[in-house]
Amino acid sequence: MNLLFALTIICYLASSLGYQGYILFQKRPIHRMANIVLWVGFLSHTAVIGLQCVESGHIPVQNLHETLSTFGWAVVGVFLALQLKYHLMVLGALAAPLATLAVVIASMLPRPPVELAPLFKNLWRSLHLGTLIVGNAAFAIACSAGILYLIQERAIKDKKPGFFFRRLPSLKLLDSVGYASLIVGFPMLTFGVITGVIYAQMVRGRFWSWDPGEILGAVTWLVYAVLLHERLAVGWQGRRAAIMTIVGFAILLLTSFLFFLR
Amino acid sequence: MVEKRHIVVVGLNHKTAPVEVRERLAFSSEDTPHVLESVCQCPSVNEILLFSTCNRVEFLLATQDVAKAVEAVKDFMAEFKKTPLPSFEESLYVYSGDQAIRHMFRVASSLDSMVVGEPQILGQVKDCYGQACDHRTCGVVLNRLMHRAFSVAKRVRTETGIGDHAVSISYAAVELGRKIFGELEEKAVLLIGAGEMAELAVEHLVNNRARPIFVANRTFERGLELAEGFRGTAIRFEEVRDYLKEVDIVISSTGASDYILVRDDFKGLMRARKNRPLFFIDIAVPRDIDPEINRINNVYVYDIDDLNNAIQENIDERQQEALRGERLVDGAVIQFRRWFQGLDVVPTIVDLRAKVEEIRQRELKKTFAALNSVSEEDRAAIDRLTAALVNKILHDPTIFLKQSGYKERKPLYVDITRRLFNLDEGNGGKSEG
Repeated sequence: MNLLFALTIICYLASSLGYQGYILFQKRPIHRMANIVLWVGFLSHTAVIGLQCVESGHIPVQNLHETLSTFGWAVVGVFLALQLKYHLMVLGALAAPLATLAVVIASMLPRPPVELAPLFKNLWRSLHLGTLIVGNAAFAIACSAGILYLIQERAIKDKKPGFFFRRLPSLKLLDSVGYASLIVGFPMLTFGVITGVIYAQMVRGRFWSWDPGEILGAVTWLVYAVLLHERLAVGWQGRRAAIMTIVGFAILLLTSFLFFLR
Repeated sequence: MVEKRHIVVVGLNHKTAPVEVRERLAFSSEDTPHVLESVCQCPSVNEILLFSTCNRVEFLLATQDVAKAVEAVKDFMAEFKKTPLPSFEESLYVYSGDQAIRHMFRVASSLDSMVVGEPQILGQVKDCYGQACDHRTCGVVLNRLMHRAFSVAKRVRTETGIGDHAVSISYAAVELGRKIFGELEEKAVLLIGAGEMAELAVEHLVNNRARPIFVANRTFERGLELAEGFRGTAIRFEEVRDYLKEVDIVISSTGASDYILVRDDFKGLMRARKNRPLFFIDIAVPRDIDPEINRINNVYVYDIDDLNNAIQENIDERQQEALRGERLVDGAVIQFRRWFQGLDVVPTIVDLRAKVEEIRQRELKKTFAALNSVSEEDRAAIDRLTAALVNKILHDPTIFLKQSGYKERKPLYVDITRRLFNLDEGNGGKSEG
């Protein structure tokens, strides 16, 4: 399994370099290679996670190492799924390094033996964290698309079509990818929050205890809820939506951080 | 000994002749058959091709006597166009040999075009070649030259970025539109005013399947006329603001002395549009669209200077890519020259003899290695025998090639000989398609 994990890291790393190279040199073969290598990495990563599941009998989200690793896997998964539909090649230049960062940090973290809570509670916790991680991955992609959108929008507004203008896709495509990721992420986040509240009741006997993590979590949910509502109701799109996606993801990161501190 | 054939280009283009001269000397495609046949009758002209586009009039010839052929072409132009030769002789250039080959390759590759890298020229060159083929005024030399030119042009297009980015205002507008909307399909366009550049931009958008098209003009009748051309709808000038809710791309080109749209016109507009992006292309001078509008979210305003700046960078880039194209052309010229020189009778006979002699020597060596017991004398006898065989076999072909009776078809026979015996191994022989 360690070998597979090493293979995953190498693949992600190589593919990150490949995607950067693609942006720089604009050669399709580079992109193809990067894409293939990323698929290989993703499959080997899937095998790692599958083995972890079989070994411990639950979704590998029990410690920070497992969580980060699963997060990296989800980021790549969401990216590859979106890639199939939108062919947004340059997004890989952000998504692949993010996944690489996650797995590299994960590989350096200690792997304490997992203390299993009673089965039912544990199932609930796995469900809660599992959906949140996939949701987070979707939001990470949305955030990446948002960043690319802002760069491209700046190039067009400032009328300086240069390096990025040529290499980045249309605003419309970047916006659509952001929207699609949001649609995937939001139900996951919602489900994660609900299961989290119930889990809190199980563990601490209270649904809600007003601690900073929980408050921030609620804020995150609200930000994304407002964004989604505005998009659906008044057709919010473009710059403001992109900024909001990025802000939302920043708060999301902070929230996750607070929860892991506990 | 037969005289050698030369490749010559006589012509003028946008660099050497102003448009008044070019339009006076341009040949229509109806003229072409007559021109080709008349010039081909000149005894000094063996093969001929005529290129006549709005930027160039050129005769490409294969001839045995350069000076005479050039004279004939010049006289023909003056006579056919009823224009005294001195009035345009200064604009004419004459290239021969490598220079002529390079020139044709450069023309086909769009390196010699007014807008370097523009894609239409190759099609035009192919059409001209097609006409010459139809009238059989092309022979083995020009056929080969043109096929090489097409393959060089293709290489230049695919291996360099010469045609990658927009270098005209209307193309730049389309490229920008794509970066904003992704697809231009089903994007509504509003043309305010009229003007060549604006209409060209609309046309490009229509070619990219943008629709529907609305046209607003101060005089409604003129608007109707324009709209008909684009299969669009004419609207009244006063209705422009209402239509802003519906259209995606606005091209403005009026003679108004003041802005016709200002920021205040956009209050509540974006909400009504559900924030869909709106792209203004303001070609008018003085400007029609208040540049402040560019600051509104999801609205993009480009004026003529912005578009010019946007393409300037592309023009610079094309120039860089054109240099790479020139290098490809240089290589192709050398390759072609090798084949062309081989078309001379003497080198062909030399090559043929050398090849057969090499085979003879190789086979002798093999045979002698196997036969240990052969005496020196026997060896000499075998050597003589094979040499005699080779000489007898090559005698007739050599005589045939040296005969000067059928000048016309000489290059063809030489070419066939070279191919039959595969004398251009690796170089010309293989790369010929």
